[in-house]
Amino acid sequence: MAMSDRFLPLSHHPERATSETAPTKAVLIAVAGLFLGAILFFPLVTVFIEALRKGWGTLFGTFADPDTLAAIRLTLLVAAIAVPFNAAVGLAASWAIAKFEFRGKNLLLTLIDLPFSISPVISGLVYVLLFGAQGWLGPWLDQHNIHIIFAVPGIVLATVLVTFPFVARELIPLMQSQGTSEEEAALMLGASGWYTFLKVTLPNVKWALLYGVLLCNARAMGEFGAVSVVSGHIRGLTNTMPLHIEILYNDYNFVGAFAVASLLAGLALVTLLAKTFLEWRFAGELAATSRRH
Amino acid sequence: MRLLTRRSLALGAAALFLSFEAAQALADRTLLNVSYDPTREFYKDFNAAFAADWKAKTGETVTIEQSHGGSGKQARAVIDGLQADVVTLALAGDIDQIAAKTDKLPKDWASKLPNNSAPYTSTIVFVVRKGNPKGIKDWNDLVKDGVQVITPNPKTSGGARWNYLAAWAYAEKATGGDEAKTKQWVADLYRNVPVLDTGARGSTTTFAQRGIGDVLISWENEAFLVQKEFGADNFDIVVPSLSIKAEPPVAVVEGNAKAKGNLDVAEAYLKFLYSPEGQKLAARNFFRPVDPSSADPADLARFPKIDLVSIDKDFGGWTKAQNEFFADGAIFDQIYKPTN
Repeated sequence: MAMSDRFLPLSHHPERATSETAPTKAVLIAVAGLFLGAILFFPLVTVFIEALRKGWGTLFGTFADPDTLAAIRLTLLVAAIAVPFNAAVGLAASWAIAKFEFRGKNLLLTLIDLPFSISPVISGLVYVLLFGAQGWLGPWLDQHNIHIIFAVPGIVLATVLVTFPFVARELIPLMQSQGTSEEEAALMLGASGWYTFLKVTLPNVKWALLYGVLLCNARAMGEFGAVSVVSGHIRGLTNTMPLHIEILYNDYNFVGAFAVASLLAGLALVTLLAKTFLEWRFAGELAATSRRH
Repeated sequence: MRLLTRRSLALGAAALFLSFEAAQALADRTLLNVSYDPTREFYKDFNAAFAADWKAKTGETVTIEQSHGGSGKQARAVIDGLQADVVTLALAGDIDQIAAKTDKLPKDWASKLPNNSAPYTSTIVFVVRKGNPKGIKDWNDLVKDGVQVITPNPKTSGGARWNYLAAWAYAEKATGGDEAKTKQWVADLYRNVPVLDTGARGSTTTFAQRGIGDVLISWENEAFLVQKEFGADNFDIVVPSLSIKAEPPVAVVEGNAKAKGNLDVAEAYLKFLYSPEGQKLAARNFFRPVDPSSADPADLARFPKIDLVSIDKDFGGWTKAQNEFFADGAIFDQIYKPTN
């Protein structure tokens, strides 16, 4: 189990960190606070201020625009497909990697990380090269009147590719550190594989899964690069919220652009709040799961 | 987990339902117009007028979808399969590319409509900050030390290629046709460019919104729009002694329009650009109509008289200009070195 050793919690670290002197601690906290304030909080606040520059009326006017509504709908649709898909496939992949020994396991791990390491523009371009009219499958798709890029399927595919690692990356280290002893015990007591998965494995990883799903969702809604390449930028049809923000900005509609940006930022904040709330609400259970490994 | 699945299922169902509803609302015919950057405002007006006209003539509701971006980039998207019924791009060279790389429109597309398929024209002018603090009057002032010029990248932007050719035409005239000196003059001009955006609209926001540069070389229609959007008391338009007649062409992408059963409405759409109403709307949105007779005289009065060179007569057409100036390793690549 050389793989799982890498992810074992190193229990002696916390003590070493807390033995630092008080001034060092204060400086570290101040640096982190200042950094977050300057590059994160302040710009985020300006987004909301810009959106309100011409008052609430103009702000709400933006959301009455059918193209803006279409962009919001498309973003939700894409997330509603990509997130459950990545949750299911990510769970299956993590299960396979953590609980079984097989050849090519390291290769599979590397492949899961690939979308993190390549630029999103490339993640989009591979689909143009594959499904574009000049691409490998383009002529065949054209004959059968199937549209993938510059249409919703391409946007979903690009989003799935870019957001794939989130769930798997959260689950693999945890599942590896949990080992297979509980599953083995369940199997020996006569539980079926599926029953073992539902009653033993899944409860053990549900918090990591939830965290992965929330991260995956945030990125699926916010992805710009890969989606931009395969979108075709048809107003009211193939623009997601991030693309629509750019279009409004280039239309000199700065208030509109920042209004949609506020909504997108708001959705991200809601995601974060949901995560914090669930952690707080189920703190007991969460502690119990983490104590077990 | 159960809670989670239920939530995402509900979300998915809601989103599917909503998009289905939207598709219902967009029933009847839809036409996709793939256009370049500074036509956003014009086609918004024009599409409404055409839809009303088509409804009156045929009783059908037609919805026109729009996609805007750098002209070269848009042509590339159509080549890669973007299902445009019509393209309305910045220059003929980009539509030639679609004709060359796909069989979706004929090589002689430009002969299908009057005036080489250009229903409106424009030209290239300068936008400067209020009161013209650097005293810019003509092209020669753009190569002076300490003047920052904003223009997009001719590799990706149609407008930028018109800008480049207008500058070249001036330099050629000023140097008496000496090619080495002309090249040097244009190189000097691009030395004053701090940032090359990918599209005309990007350059405009760089200049007007972000406040970079002393002079913006711009489409005439975009220059008027800057005054309209950012206030006429913030920017002045300077008309140079010589410029170029820019002819943004339009074409039906027959392969796509036929497949979608849209050939009739696509052809009618482009013909409507030449109608009195289309010409009037073009003039109102700062494009020079090819048939000024039906335009509002007040709109026409805004267009200054300028000496204009022509792409066909003075540069031998787009294919030649493209190879000579903008192809890989051609003159633009030889003279442009980014200043860091």
